[in-house]
Amino acid sequence: MNTVVCSANSFAALCYSSRYFPTAANQPEVSHIHRKWLTSALKNKYYDDTYPTVKEQKAFEKNIFNKTHRTDSEIALLEGLTVVYKSNIDLYFYVIGSSHENELMLMSVLNCLFDSLSQMLRKNVEKRALLENMEGLFLAIDEIVDGGVILESDPQQVVHRVALRGDDVPLTEQTVTQVLQSAKEQIKWSLLR
Amino acid sequence: MFVSKARIFNETPINPRRCLHILTKIIYLLNQGEHFGTTEATEAFFAMTRLFQSNDQTLRRMCYLTIKEMANISEDVIIVTSSLTKDMTGKEDVYRGPAIRALCRITDTTMLQAIERYMKQAIVDKVPSVSSSALVSSLHMVKMSFDVVKRWVNEAQEAASSDNIMVQYHALGLLYHLRKNDRLAVTKMLNKFTKSGLKSPFAYCMMIRIASKLLEETEGGHDSPLFDFIESCLRNKHEMVVYEAASAIVHMPNCTARELAPAVSVLQLFCSSPKAALRYAAVRTLNKVAMKHPSAVTACNLDLENLITDSNRSIATLAITTLLKTGSESSVDRLMKQISSFVSEISDEFKVVVVQAISALCQKYPRKHSVMMNFLSNMLRDDGGFEYKRAIVDCIISIIEENPESKETGLAHLCEFIEDCEHTVLATKILHLLGKEGPRTPTPSKYIRFIFNRVVLESEAVRAAAVSALAKFGAQNDDLLPSVLVLMKRCMMDSDDEVRDRATFYMNVLQQKQKALNAAYIFNGLSVSVPGLEKSLHQYTLEPSEKPFDMKTVPLATAPITEQKTEIAPVATSKLPEKLAPSRQDIYQEQLAAIPEFKGLGPLFKSSEPVQLTEAETEYVVRCIKHTFANHMIFQFDCTNTLNDQLLQRVLVQMEPSEAYEVLNYVPAPSLPYSQPSSCYSLVRLPEDDPTAVSCTFSCTMKYLVRDCDPNTGEPDDDGYDDEYVLEDLEVTVADHIQKVLKPNFGAAWDEIGDDNEKEETFALATVRTLDEAVNNIISFLGMQPCERSDKVPENKNSHVLFLAGVFRGGHDVLVRARLALADGVTMQVTVRSTDENVVDVILASVG
Repeated sequence: MNTVVCSANSFAALCYSSRYFPTAANQPEVSHIHRKWLTSALKNKYYDDTYPTVKEQKAFEKNIFNKTHRTDSEIALLEGLTVVYKSNIDLYFYVIGSSHENELMLMSVLNCLFDSLSQMLRKNVEKRALLENMEGLFLAIDEIVDGGVILESDPQQVVHRVALRGDDVPLTEQTVTQVLQSAKEQIKWSLLR
Repeated sequence: MFVSKARIFNETPINPRRCLHILTKIIYLLNQGEHFGTTEATEAFFAMTRLFQSNDQTLRRMCYLTIKEMANISEDVIIVTSSLTKDMTGKEDVYRGPAIRALCRITDTTMLQAIERYMKQAIVDKVPSVSSSALVSSLHMVKMSFDVVKRWVNEAQEAASSDNIMVQYHALGLLYHLRKNDRLAVTKMLNKFTKSGLKSPFAYCMMIRIASKLLEETEGGHDSPLFDFIESCLRNKHEMVVYEAASAIVHMPNCTARELAPAVSVLQLFCSSPKAALRYAAVRTLNKVAMKHPSAVTACNLDLENLITDSNRSIATLAITTLLKTGSESSVDRLMKQISSFVSEISDEFKVVVVQAISALCQKYPRKHSVMMNFLSNMLRDDGGFEYKRAIVDCIISIIEENPESKETGLAHLCEFIEDCEHTVLATKILHLLGKEGPRTPTPSKYIRFIFNRVVLESEAVRAAAVSALAKFGAQNDDLLPSVLVLMKRCMMDSDDEVRDRATFYMNVLQQKQKALNAAYIFNGLSVSVPGLEKSLHQYTLEPSEKPFDMKTVPLATAPITEQKTEIAPVATSKLPEKLAPSRQDIYQEQLAAIPEFKGLGPLFKSSEPVQLTEAETEYVVRCIKHTFANHMIFQFDCTNTLNDQLLQRVLVQMEPSEAYEVLNYVPAPSLPYSQPSSCYSLVRLPEDDPTAVSCTFSCTMKYLVRDCDPNTGEPDDDGYDDEYVLEDLEVTVADHIQKVLKPNFGAAWDEIGDDNEKEETFALATVRTLDEAVNNIISFLGMQPCERSDKVPENKNSHVLFLAGVFRGGHDVLVRARLALADGVTMQVTVRSTDENVVDVILASVG
């Protein structure tokens, strides 16, 4: 059970107006898309102070997961926040923003994240592959969102900028199993060809 | 633990793979909210800096991330400044963007100036990732060092015409934030970029938001070019932009049906999109439209009905609530059935939305109340959080108030609910309602059992509320009195102080069997301001005197606790903490008491709403708040100087009264710099010999000393000159002398005052055409509180009775009963009762 949650301000939400914030006094200047990138086990990132303490964050994540993991719809409203999400095999990806935020914009972030990961992991978006490439996940999120502002929404660009090297780990550093694994893969591919 | 692991960083040669692994772990733990001590973090951080020696790309990038994550918890993070500066100006494009972002994360205002040159270069760099990073980082820095970032406007301008869509978007964002205080510059920017066309859909969305904000601020008409721009975006090729434009139009205040039509039709198209997010966005926005313009959405009814079976429950709920708002009376039953089939599957937020929709529906189709009431009571029995239950209870209460026929069923449902209610707030609220409405139903006795059960079973607060409710039954219904007294006696044995006190008090009042006492102490409670009472009592204990404490010296509560009809509030507000702010008047009381000239005027009786004495866009903006005391009035002038090349000093407003009012004293504002509001005051004595002189007109002139100053530095010239500025006339009317007070039981209060000082007169209001208009005119003219919901005129009636209650300056209760009849114009018979004869005359004189 893994969930991805990330929280952020959206760049697009930078200019706020009273329609986005009917109670301007209670709201921070810049609107908050809280993009949250998931999980009880993986990675979550909050870009604002809606949930200041770890305890509140955990409770919020649990609530989101309970409300969403059973259905495969992709959008919901929870605790006054818009949640868009996507699941693949044993992973859940969430992007969360203010309920005044443009839902499609949140969706574009989620899609970009998912597509980038799927390219980086060679379509293998599942928990084990992701855990082995955690740094790739971190770098990708860093390229997509900076301090809550959408930095890039094109997965090609993200993958290009993360520039994660593939399997060029020197042979001496690979473990025996890794070598076997890659040998197996190569044999498989040569057979399939 | 990580310090020991971090030792691997010190190995030579650096092993990128293992170090990478450890950095990943550190970042992971930080993201999980793991707590690092400062020393531990600092040590790990310093060990990490050594990794800059490695040329492994991924490792370097992870170092940047670690720097960003640790910026707040480690000390001396600035030691990596030079390494980062080197990377950001280096040849490796992969490093440059992330290095800029990491650097800006650890930089403060003074350091920023040192790297300013590099930032300027980076903003106009031809590599998009570098430029974007620099722009976004600048944007984060705006909050901290606006003045430095302001100097980069030209570079940002250049970046805004970049070919890369993200760079353009980020540059526009930065430009807007640098200029947002300057409306003219924002308008220019909008004109420029909307004409030349944009590439990025994000940038379009932002422009739409800026445009709609400007439209709202300038209250620009819908024929302005800004509106045309937003409308043109409805034809954009990106769905994101189209939706943003549609939602901007929908959210505009006072939008006509014709202007809404194109927005609604694109939303209608979205309703059949295969993308759930798009359907959700569309139906959510249509739902908003339906609140204000139900007829505009009727065209989409068919599409919405298709969405009821949507696999996404959120979409289905929104579709239903929208249909509830637009649908006809005949479709209500069918829709309700559909809702109940899935109501248990949706989140509390949406349940609240459904309840609000039902509440709106009840007002629209009062005849359907039995269906709704059943549905609501079923929902009340289901599980749910506090917000959800409160929404239902509020909804039932509003149905009861709107619709007398539903009163008994509604009360019965609520009684059943409090039998098993875990929320103290709701239980007390319902008990209060039972106390108010129960005694006036045909069979009040059946509610007693429910109320007394609370006394036996619940917590202190609920028990106390139950005792108060019981007392109201005893006071209103003579045949129930003996039984109520018996129950009261049992409450007097309660273990809680408050409950016992209340029971003893009510017991004694009830045993007197006097209507006047009942009215004063049971039906209509105190109407004073609680903080004011506290302060007065404290003052009284500090200065012991022979005289007993006088309730009339206590300021009255400004906003009587009216049963505010909950407007259909946005769901998002449910998270906002509700703070009990001191009332506006308590704040004024504080402020005025701090001015030595105003000592000894007694408590503040009433503060009026601000009155504008200038046009909105003039050199000086002045508004006045009228503070009424027992025998004096203080006029508070809030002045704002909108000229940045002037400093005003010794500002005061000279007043020439038209009647026998006497200006005693002026308290000038010592200085009034550009755009910093300041207040000056005038003290006026009310005419003592003629208590009926309540209205007066003052002609006002603002007098001051002007000192010209340099608009840039704000440095004023040494010498100035006197000048004056004529303001609009200020009116004092009868409403300024009367404070609103809510009498929950008007009849009892009417009898309590008695007819000693009653006077009656009949007037013809020739200019008024409808009863509603007449009622509103009277209320705003007298400034009194309408009671018993008499401010609402039932439809299709040609006569109405309006009950008004208030307290006149000096603490005299005033009650007004106005019988209105509609013929040609409105005929009004006004009956006034008060504890003071003069007051009655004053009111009748002012009405005539």
